[in-house]
Amino acid sequence: MMDKKDYRGVFVFVEQKNKEIENVSLELIGEGKKLAQELDQKVTAVVLGKGVKEIEKLGHYGADNIIYVENKDLDIYMTEPYTKALKEVIENKKPEIVLFGATAIGRDVAPRLAGRIHTGLTADCTKLEINEENSDLMMTRPAFGGNIMATIECPDHRPQMATVRPGVMQKEEKDTSRKVEIEKFDVRIEEKDKTYEILEVVEEKSNKIDIQEANILVSGGRGVGSPDNFKALEETAQILGGVVSSSRAAVDSDWMPKEVQVGQTGKTVRPDLYIACGISGAIQHLAGMEESEFIVAINKDETAPIFETSDVGIVGDLNKVVPALNEELKKLEKEKESL
Amino acid sequence: MNYNLTEEQKLLKKLYKEFTVNEVEPIAGEIDEEERFPVETVEKMKNNGMLGIPFPKKYGGQGGDILAYIMLVEELSKACGTTGVVLSAHTSLCCGPIYEFGTEEQKQKYLEPLAKGEKLGAFGLTEANAGTDAAGQQTKAVLDGDHYILNGSKIFITNAANADVFIVLAMTDKSKGTRGISAFIVEKEYEGFTIGKKELKMGIKGSATCELIFENVKVPKENLIGKEGKGFSIAMKTLDGGRIGIAAQALGLAQGAIDETVKYVKERKQFGRSISKFQNTQFQLADMQTKVDAARLLVYRAAFNKDNRIPYSNEAAMAKLFASETAMEVTNKAVQLHGGYGYTREYPVERMMRDAKITEIYEGTSEVMKMVVSANML
Amino acid sequence: MKIIVCIKQVPDTTEVRLNPETGTLIREGVPSIINPDDKCGLEAALVLKDKYDAQVTVLTMGPTQADFALKEALAMGADEAILMTDRAFAGADTWSTSLTLAKALEKMDFDLIIAGRQAIDGDTAQVGPELAEHLKIPHVSYVEALEKDENSLILKRRFEDGYHKVKVKTPCLITTLSEMNRPRYMKVGLIYDAHREKEIKKITFDDLDIRKEEIGLKGSPTKVKKSFTKGAKTAGKLYKDLDEKEAAKLIVEKLKEKFII
Repeated sequence: MMDKKDYRGVFVFVEQKNKEIENVSLELIGEGKKLAQELDQKVTAVVLGKGVKEIEKLGHYGADNIIYVENKDLDIYMTEPYTKALKEVIENKKPEIVLFGATAIGRDVAPRLAGRIHTGLTADCTKLEINEENSDLMMTRPAFGGNIMATIECPDHRPQMATVRPGVMQKEEKDTSRKVEIEKFDVRIEEKDKTYEILEVVEEKSNKIDIQEANILVSGGRGVGSPDNFKALEETAQILGGVVSSSRAAVDSDWMPKEVQVGQTGKTVRPDLYIACGISGAIQHLAGMEESEFIVAINKDETAPIFETSDVGIVGDLNKVVPALNEELKKLEKEKESL
Repeated sequence: MNYNLTEEQKLLKKLYKEFTVNEVEPIAGEIDEEERFPVETVEKMKNNGMLGIPFPKKYGGQGGDILAYIMLVEELSKACGTTGVVLSAHTSLCCGPIYEFGTEEQKQKYLEPLAKGEKLGAFGLTEANAGTDAAGQQTKAVLDGDHYILNGSKIFITNAANADVFIVLAMTDKSKGTRGISAFIVEKEYEGFTIGKKELKMGIKGSATCELIFENVKVPKENLIGKEGKGFSIAMKTLDGGRIGIAAQALGLAQGAIDETVKYVKERKQFGRSISKFQNTQFQLADMQTKVDAARLLVYRAAFNKDNRIPYSNEAAMAKLFASETAMEVTNKAVQLHGGYGYTREYPVERMMRDAKITEIYEGTSEVMKMVVSANML
Repeated sequence: MKIIVCIKQVPDTTEVRLNPETGTLIREGVPSIINPDDKCGLEAALVLKDKYDAQVTVLTMGPTQADFALKEALAMGADEAILMTDRAFAGADTWSTSLTLAKALEKMDFDLIIAGRQAIDGDTAQVGPELAEHLKIPHVSYVEALEKDENSLILKRRFEDGYHKVKVKTPCLITTLSEMNRPRYMKVGLIYDAHREKEIKKITFDDLDIRKEEIGLKGSPTKVKKSFTKGAKTAGKLYKDLDEKEAAKLIVEKLKEKFII
């Protein structure tokens, strides 16, 4: 049985793609830093890869230490080499907490690793706190399709592991004056560790702006009625300098692509402004956007659940209100220009 | 008396509901608007074993029962009355008599492909001069060596334009009245057999209702069902079974109309609130659902009787009488509760009302049902 | 080819509503379904059965009513169904669940184990990879497409910005995405077979080579400290009787107040 006192430090698994560090890792360093400070410990960023660019960035965003496992077999993600490398780092360094982004990579390596080192893993955490009584990590996450929240602890096993969705935690302010040493850590990757073969790596870059980066989202749901009617929402987004997103219903009907889907099975967003047009506000959708700063909802149905979460609720036909809104906004722009 | 569904029936209902929501509902409006037969739906139903539910596996069926089959008619009809009657006519009116009265050879030759859904069936009894007075058959069948020569015509035959196999009633001996009528299995390819004009109807527009025209059609004598002179009795018993199917269709239409109305009244606002808050709306819906539940019990009871070899002619008549009148009443009220929108084709209830009317007429009018029920009492 | 598909019976969480007065979940009348990602995994297995005459066994760990989900899987075309049920399994987190499953699966013969990526009630996506780890077999998650190539599988493994084409030797485990396929309907005849011809095999604690403390609630490294409903965020003002021009003016005013414009 492990002795919890032997485990110290908050580690963050840093994800890199094409040798570039992913944003979610910076967010986790920000959060990890907060947790480490409460525990009077340090936050360490762990990078696996080959020729990874701008590793010092991790220090700029708050990491106290950086561990770099550089190996050509870690350049492109593969389950076993990554699991093996992380296991060795963890066994050597004995961190108390390890954080992963809840991404296609994080949600693959973290459980395999948790299984290998026999510890607890909590998925998709939206809040992380330190228990004042015993210094355990309290991990709060949605369950039941987002209908309830659960706070989980891992009392007897170390490290305590958690995955966190991109867009949920906050990055620290970038401080380029922070200089942090990069510790090299070696791991031997053998042929037998390549438990599958990557035949081809295919990138599908979409030109659309990532909805998680946008400050203003104009979102459409089933009530929009057709792909054509989304044009009015595009106009609103354009005038406001935002981006169009949608609920699952619009994606399932093939009106909008999956990349702009907000919700439990889509993306989590927390823009400054979220305008929900013709979206009923099912729990699964709310789970993806309720942390938005300001929510305006337009829906024909006054009993729509979205109105329970919106700051301003308009009962009306969005296909009339949105064009009218666009007119008002355009008028306002003209007024501003003429000033 | 157990009113609960078995686990098996629950799983069947789950399949029926998923199939209806995903395959039938999305095209129901189009089928009606274009007056076209739902060919693609029938193909999918075939692939899922839905066209021969109550027949034994050895005849290409699914080894199920009448109750399981009419539950499907009901579910399909919630979204589309046309699809419901296509299944009902095929199963009860064509497969039915071959199964109940046919020879082993006839079952192997015809029932098997029909139950598998490889062929579609229809039933030809009604004629221009023989509706409720079905005994007045003018279509003639004369034995000539190895064949019967069929001459005459039928009208208002469901599935006609898309069917491969037809049960056709014809007079073989006029002097014997109803005991001179015989039943035959007729294939669409037989020379001299043509499908006539398609009726333009008020409802179930996707159902191909056509004339059948027989000009010296040679029907092999092996295709006589039962014996000469037994045709009328076979037809009446077949219609008893068919009535359960139509009752299920009416039931589905009614329930579908209620479900649509419940959705609508929750959304629609007048006088500052949802119209579902008005007592009139609430009381109307309560009446509608109660009647539909009553109809359901009658329909399921008739099916239960048939499955358990208990006489069911009377029960089937009651079920059809009550379910069809309820469907008419409920769909009418559904349109009313939708207000002006209910009268437009944007909402499905006007189609459901148009579809419901025929259930009071075909396979025996409501008046005929009353004749059956009162005859049983007096 | 022998395939074992792990499925979970879950409440249809898209149908769950919050009681606005009490803030608690309304669970009655919520239908139970086969978890969508698992159903797609089952469909993938059935496609292999159609193509290569694979044998498909479906397995679930759950309460006795999970047999309804197994019957649905049989009615879709699975050959065999196994229900792992025992009070000793209850309260398990993903470690305990995957370990319990592994203890049963390690005694079985298989070329491929298929699990859905995540369940719509737990939403963790952990059991599949942890199960593969306990069984010491390779796994590939987020599988969107799959082809058989003799003793290997060629898979399309989804990432946020693209995919990898991967070749993996059997035996292995994959987790499937619901984007992968559209599961087939049950067949009427198979519904009858599932209830009349097929026996669902049961596995209980006594059949497994493990101690009670290692599984279930006791064996779970993670523990639920508390659970709560989020409670409605207090609603802002609702404007009901405005025409579109008035509504537009109001929205602009509010956005100005918030310095968004």
